[in-house]
Amino acid sequence: MMKRWQAVKRLLPLLAVFSLLLAGCGREDLSALRPQGPVAEGQYDLMKLSITIMIVVLIIVFAIAVYVLIKFRRKKGQTDVPEQVEGNFKLEILWTVIPLILVFILAVPTVQKIFAFGDDHYNEKGSVQVKVTSHQYWWEFEYPQYGVKTAQELMMPTGKNIAFELKTADVLHSFWVPSLSGKMDTNPDGTINRFSFSTDKEGVYRGKCAELCGPSHGLMEFKVKAVSPDAFDKWVTAMKAPAVLPKDQALAETFKKSCLSCHAVGDQGGPVAPNLTGIGSRESVAGILLNEGQDGGKPVKENLKTWLEDPQAVKPGNKMPAPKDLGLTDEQIDGIADYLANYKLNY
Amino acid sequence: MDWLTTVDHKKIAILYLLAGGLFFGIGGIEAVLIRLQLIKPMNDFVSAQTFNELITMHGTTMIFLGVMPVIFALMNAVIPLQIGARDVAFPFLNSLGFWTFLFGGILLNLSWIMGGAPDAGWTAYTPLSTTTYSTTHGVDFYTVGLQIAGLGTLIGGINFLATIITMRAPGMSFMRMPMFTWTSFITSAMILFAFPAITVGLVLLSFDRILGANFFEVANGGNPVLWQHIFWIFGHPEVYILILPAFGVISEVIPTFARKRLFGYSSMVFATILIAFLGFMVWAHHMFTTGLGPVANALFSIATMLIAVPTGIKIFNWLFTMWGGQIRFTSPNLFAIGFIPTFVMGGVTGVMLASAPADFQFHDTYFVVAHFHYVIVGGLVSGLLSGLHYWWPKMFGRMLNESLGKLSFWFFIIGFHLTFFVQHFLGLMGMQRRVFTYLPNQGFDTLNMVSTIGAILMGIGILFFLINAIVTATKPKGVADDPWEDGRTLEWAIPSPPPEYNFKQIPLVRGIDALWKEKMAGNKGMTPAEPLGPIHMPSPTILPFVMSVGIFIAGLGFMFSKEQFSNSFMSLIFNNWIVVIIGLLITFGSMLLRSLYDDHGWHIEVDELDEEGVKA
Repeated sequence: MMKRWQAVKRLLPLLAVFSLLLAGCGREDLSALRPQGPVAEGQYDLMKLSITIMIVVLIIVFAIAVYVLIKFRRKKGQTDVPEQVEGNFKLEILWTVIPLILVFILAVPTVQKIFAFGDDHYNEKGSVQVKVTSHQYWWEFEYPQYGVKTAQELMMPTGKNIAFELKTADVLHSFWVPSLSGKMDTNPDGTINRFSFSTDKEGVYRGKCAELCGPSHGLMEFKVKAVSPDAFDKWVTAMKAPAVLPKDQALAETFKKSCLSCHAVGDQGGPVAPNLTGIGSRESVAGILLNEGQDGGKPVKENLKTWLEDPQAVKPGNKMPAPKDLGLTDEQIDGIADYLANYKLNY
Repeated sequence: MDWLTTVDHKKIAILYLLAGGLFFGIGGIEAVLIRLQLIKPMNDFVSAQTFNELITMHGTTMIFLGVMPVIFALMNAVIPLQIGARDVAFPFLNSLGFWTFLFGGILLNLSWIMGGAPDAGWTAYTPLSTTTYSTTHGVDFYTVGLQIAGLGTLIGGINFLATIITMRAPGMSFMRMPMFTWTSFITSAMILFAFPAITVGLVLLSFDRILGANFFEVANGGNPVLWQHIFWIFGHPEVYILILPAFGVISEVIPTFARKRLFGYSSMVFATILIAFLGFMVWAHHMFTTGLGPVANALFSIATMLIAVPTGIKIFNWLFTMWGGQIRFTSPNLFAIGFIPTFVMGGVTGVMLASAPADFQFHDTYFVVAHFHYVIVGGLVSGLLSGLHYWWPKMFGRMLNESLGKLSFWFFIIGFHLTFFVQHFLGLMGMQRRVFTYLPNQGFDTLNMVSTIGAILMGIGILFFLINAIVTATKPKGVADDPWEDGRTLEWAIPSPPPEYNFKQIPLVRGIDALWKEKMAGNKGMTPAEPLGPIHMPSPTILPFVMSVGIFIAGLGFMFSKEQFSNSFMSLIFNNWIVVIIGLLITFGSMLLRSLYDDHGWHIEVDELDEEGVKA
């Protein structure tokens, strides 16, 4: 054990340099190199340790290679035959044992962390349970403790452990929020996964699907919004409030008839498609059309209209029928976009 | 016609090289299209569906139809010569293996023009690859095409096992075998164990898709994780099936151009066997995020990390082979020297990936894409290019142009690192793999552009190699037996290209690097181990070709057995299994013919040998 720590100590300065270098890489809300929660930090520590060990190996190999290639070039007119060396037992043992030691240094924290992250916190007191169901190509988040269901935007209180239960409604997907935690696959019934993460920092984090799931796999994104516990409680209350329907009666009827057969708002509608409650206060439409406030974002209404005018153009292969094919007029689409854009939750 | 009926291992090697080169080119074009689509964010160069077909076909083509046949080309061209044999153990099967591979490959690529290429990724994970979610015939082309092509690989593997075990020249004990033969031997053994696994998987999946079975259909109790186990229990060893022959090439090229024997020969052999063994023990490291639980993840983590040890032995042995030698920077040696640091970089990221908790971040991102391209392109393709430059004079009797060779090396290696080094960072910064596009301003834009430019440079490097091959083909034949002057193994003791029978008299092997040993003893060539006598040769035959055509027809018939054709004649012959039956009749008929007709082959008489034995 002592030896291992000495080796680690020697690697520490290198580790420090790499953290500085790597921390410059990528966005705070997206990069695995800029962890914002304990789970991602633990994984980042392992990455730094492994990168450090590997760079040491690379430096040694490259140094020997460069030396050999410079020193032992064939010179002009060289005809003598170099000594035919059979091998060297001691050297060969050396480069068997050193990698073994390096592997050991990496293996110990790896195994520790595998078991630490493998703990099931789902039924622990104080955990916020979230049932994640992945669909082609959207995410459903259900909070069984609160009786709330939402889509595309995962709300989480800071400072609390969010314990996930992951499953898929169709093909395999993988749930990934790089700056908060590594990914976990969503499998069908029978092989359902659980894991958890938390963060102390309020903010919007980008989440992705990491398993090929069809044409729009690359567009199956979602946002994780970490807010204060107070705001989270207010959000839950707002989500449970009765549905707000368009003020215009005719539009409300159209919305009910054409949209609520699949979508839900508040206590009305169906579970087939993403829940739209409070969609106006989300950070994005369809996970990829970023709203104002997000980097490069456009007004919510504009994004909703883009989506409603041709859902296939935004996410090829998704299951939403084009509103126009359902017989909606341009005015009605505009009205619905306007209604949804103004459907905001107070939290 | 001569080429359709040949059973000569040297000609089959050239066939493998041509067919492999063709598919490698198709896979390469697919790669460039993929990179062009990703050159900028929200690009619409190809559609999402086409992109998924491109990545699926790129992966499948490169692994099964691009590099495997080139490996087989080298194995066919070199192994019988290196062990002092006149041919492989089963020349007929050798030819059959090639034709089934070719027709399987053609069937797979027909998907581009026959309505939908496979689109579920080269791993074809279920349920995405089931008929519920993949509605075109794409995945059928994948399952049926790969079964036919895989048959060829399995036949080839068994053939080489038999050849190496039984046909070594007198005196060549296992521990005197050249390293390329050793690694090919281990590779063949791995093929024997790994390919049946994928075949079973593909059969089950085609039963699901075509006959309505429920091995993977979730709704009817099938299990998609089962597919992942079946796929990777083949898929991981496959990586070593690919890379071990490259290790072998490097172990031949470096000693030749350093004028030194391989450092630590026995530890190299030991390391090869260990890598093969561990290669079968680590498949679940592709499945850390599937949710196997901590115990499985821990075991597979450690097992995977252990592979670094034998691989490290190899790397240091190569470096110390050059230590104290006289290194010549010929084009094969440049590729071999370029291989070492590149492969080490691919290897160390492999160890990083083995750490399961960190892999939760790496998995299915561009970090993984970078890693396996470092291993497979930086490692294997460099190794193959090295081997091709090295053995080209032996295969074709002409030297490749050195300047063009060096030019293609520099374009290839610089383009390669430009393409794939930056992808490590893309992955860590949050870019998943297999995405047809990405949002702007995520920090991905510049690196993707760099990567695409690199891919184009790499393509130019390969083009230079192609030009080199064509230019060389126009030159007259006739290089020396030992054109690199420092050849160490038996293939350099006979003319280039070798006569049909390879060795007029089977040589007597007196140690490792048999030819080098004779040279150092002051002898002009090998001492024969047998008196001059008539040589028995196998007859050429068209049957392997016909059998493969039969399997090809049966495969097509099977795939379309549920198709609703607008043409009633087509419906009749496909939906009633008539096409399948015709195809199988052709194949089994040829088998019957082969069994009933007793072919004794023919002999080359001694006086003919004397005539032909004189060098051109």
